[in-house]
Amino acid sequence: MKAALDIRNLSVDYHTRAGRLRALRNVDLLVPAGEVVGLVGESGCGKSTLISAVLRLLAENAEVPDGEIFLDGTDLLALSDAEMRLRRGREVSVVFQDPMTGLNPVLTIGRQMIDIQHREALSRAAKRKRAVDMLARVRISDPASRMDAYPHELSGGMRQRVAIAMALMMNPKLLIADEPTTALDATLEVQIIELLQELQGEIGCAILFISHHLGVIAELCQRVVVMYAGSAVEEGRVRDIFHTPAHPYTKALLDCDPGRIKDRRQTLPSIPGSLPDLTSPPPGCIFAARCANAEAKCGAMRPPRVDTAPEHWATCHFAETAR
Amino acid sequence: MGRYILQRVALGLAILVVAISALYAFMISLPGDPTTVLLGPRATDEMRAIFSERMGLNKPLPVQIVEFWGRVLTGDLGEDVLRNRPVATPVFEALPFTLVLILTSIGWSATLGILLGAFSAAYRNSLIDRVTGVLSVAMLAAPSFVVALWSLLIFAVILNWFPAIGAGERGNLADQIHHLVLPSFAIGLAWVGYIARIVRASMLEVMGENHIRTARAFGLPPHRIIYRYALRIAVLPAVSVLGVGVGGLLSSAVFAEIVFARPGIGRLIYDSVITRNYPVVMGSMLVAISFFVLCTLVADVVNAMLDPRLRTSKQS
Amino acid sequence: MSIAERSPFKYSVAGRLISDPLAVAAVTIIAILVLGAVFADFIAPYDYKALNVRARFAPPSFEHLLGTDNLGRDTFSRLLFGARIALFVGMTSVGLAALIGLTLGMIAGFGPRWLDNTILFLFDTLRAYPTIILALALGALLSPGLGTVISVVVLTSLSEYGRVARTQTQAISGREFIDAERAMGASTMRILVMHILPNVLGPFFILAAINLPVVITIEAGMSFLGVGVAPGTPSWGATLKDGFDYIRNTPWLIVSGGIPLILVTLGFTFLGESLRDVLDPKLRKER
Repeated sequence: MKAALDIRNLSVDYHTRAGRLRALRNVDLLVPAGEVVGLVGESGCGKSTLISAVLRLLAENAEVPDGEIFLDGTDLLALSDAEMRLRRGREVSVVFQDPMTGLNPVLTIGRQMIDIQHREALSRAAKRKRAVDMLARVRISDPASRMDAYPHELSGGMRQRVAIAMALMMNPKLLIADEPTTALDATLEVQIIELLQELQGEIGCAILFISHHLGVIAELCQRVVVMYAGSAVEEGRVRDIFHTPAHPYTKALLDCDPGRIKDRRQTLPSIPGSLPDLTSPPPGCIFAARCANAEAKCGAMRPPRVDTAPEHWATCHFAETAR
Repeated sequence: MGRYILQRVALGLAILVVAISALYAFMISLPGDPTTVLLGPRATDEMRAIFSERMGLNKPLPVQIVEFWGRVLTGDLGEDVLRNRPVATPVFEALPFTLVLILTSIGWSATLGILLGAFSAAYRNSLIDRVTGVLSVAMLAAPSFVVALWSLLIFAVILNWFPAIGAGERGNLADQIHHLVLPSFAIGLAWVGYIARIVRASMLEVMGENHIRTARAFGLPPHRIIYRYALRIAVLPAVSVLGVGVGGLLSSAVFAEIVFARPGIGRLIYDSVITRNYPVVMGSMLVAISFFVLCTLVADVVNAMLDPRLRTSKQS
Repeated sequence: MSIAERSPFKYSVAGRLISDPLAVAAVTIIAILVLGAVFADFIAPYDYKALNVRARFAPPSFEHLLGTDNLGRDTFSRLLFGARIALFVGMTSVGLAALIGLTLGMIAGFGPRWLDNTILFLFDTLRAYPTIILALALGALLSPGLGTVISVVVLTSLSEYGRVARTQTQAISGREFIDAERAMGASTMRILVMHILPNVLGPFFILAAINLPVVITIEAGMSFLGVGVAPGTPSWGATLKDGFDYIRNTPWLIVSGGIPLILVTLGFTFLGESLRDVLDPKLRKER
């Protein structure tokens, strides 16, 4: 299977005043070419760090002690800065979460869409035409005149469409969508998801779709990766993860999803406890402190990666038996 | 946008009228007969009466102020009774010299300050950042007249590289530029440091914003991100500071014009104040304050044009 | 408020200032200036107004550390007494400007809309006068002296304090606990003094520290132009003027007259920035 993105054993640390913060620990993640992979996890689980690591836009105080990130077969961490820059926007692009602040407020939409084609050997008119066509493809009405609009003149939903247009204009192999619908209301969310689905089919790019909305993941994705406190704890096909989750954290997440709760209860369930301190992560399983079935070895030993089915694994001491 | 400009212009005009009228009232109502001060103690009552008549001092104060504005509206700044000429003559002779001096000073100092600020922010904590940091504080701390005096001493008196007095020969551009170097250096120096600090701080803020992350995620070249995407936003605070700072620049121009014996509005005010020539003081103050109010106004409008967010949103 | 509640706060402000090298440098410079001004009578080797015809235009030497001027007066002694003038003018004008600004600002923030607009307009008008140009006009009309200098400075700087006081007053008077106090019968005066004054003090200290060197520079500038202190007063600006008039004979006057002005600005600017960092973390800017 050819991979659009293949992250192996990736760790990222931040040097903070409180000490070395282990934001990502030995993360494995696979996005096969042309597929849509969902990434689920609570806030603080390392999703943003993962995106920054893939784009190589980590903060100055970050360090990558180990790991490899293969984008379409090339190890990004081995590239020079200039080589990396060539790939941003062209081979991998991003739609960020907040459409209100993601676009430059003092430049027109058109200017920004033309600027990101700076490496194309096209005339200015051709670049402009390409931008207008792309705006039309994301269903922006009257795209030619919107080119001269400033971001603040557009609604939140429109801005997110513009962001998607920018991200897909160069036909990237991988699109990272960082909670692109979280800031929008439910109707807009459905529209944006449908748009993404449609464009993905046309362009054929792979998508790493980050969301905490399990319903959206189930709808859009073929595969899911579950992250907890800087570690990937389970990965597999959507069907397998949703029907036979192997990791207790995944199970807990699914239990907490309002969309899946059949009986009408007074309160929504939640996972007891809080995220571990990542400046001194526990020696054993990262989830042990909050896990209902934790035993002595969970606190002492890091669980191995267990293949519970074809293309389905989890890092839990009881993964095999849990099945 | 149009409404915003209109509001700003109306406010500016109101401020101008009140500021000048207050000054006029203050000058007239000072203890002592202005004609005595003007003509000296040995003037006869007859001479004083004539001057009083010519300057309109025998009328009630509100009438005088209304008449003053009436004349100003017709382009008449009053009469220089001491030297028998319209006040407008010396004022508009002096004004271009001051304008050239101030514009040159803003020009070089803003360019250098913005570049240094952007550079320090882009190469944060590097050697260039540290050196700029120390230099900008040092520049800020030196009052313009001390800089003027020191540069006069070093570059004109001791080294003899630049002329010490005057504005240069009429029609000889090279000579005029040669005469402009030291005064504009003295006026602009503090601004280099000030603007560099403002731009650096706002640049660091802007570089942390989400849209810059977007630009980087699209692989835009760093120089384009810094100079086109970030700097355009980061200079906004510097522009408004410059507008308000024109008042300070006018004050510095007074010193530079006196230290380097240059003709100009500052020097004219100084000379007419020393000779107690009230009509000329009033006329040149009117021009100086109008210029200042105009600059603040322009800075606000330019700010609104550079920042499209301000164009549509209401001003507080 | 009891002493026990207060002292940890005070301690922490002082403690944090001491740990900041910039603040230490600032306090050292200011301390030297203040000590020089206070003990000028003991430190100064000569009487600042004593003429000495034989020592006219004397360059710096062991006898006259910073040389003498055109009348043979000792520069070092004059600069020491100049520190007194500078600090006196600075503190008096800053104090007066802060007091008037505070009063007007609180009235504007608490009073009816029309009064607020009137006072704001007054502030805008005062800001429309370029400082030195107004100083020239007033300084020439009133007789030269410290009073003239102080009135010019107060007029041009009070609006800054006024704006801060107004903003703070408005921000606080909108809060619920003020309504509650009102309902319980607290007078406007009591609300202003008990709740608004403490909130204005921090920003005022920062403004004052930043303003003080500006004020001292204006005094020196006015004296340099001859519209500041009365002739013969040992102002730093007057020393610079003497140096300018005799630039080819006594260049040391220009050099040594400018240094204390730069030091004073450096000292108070550093202090203002450190105070801002300590008192108002929201305003903290990258250094």
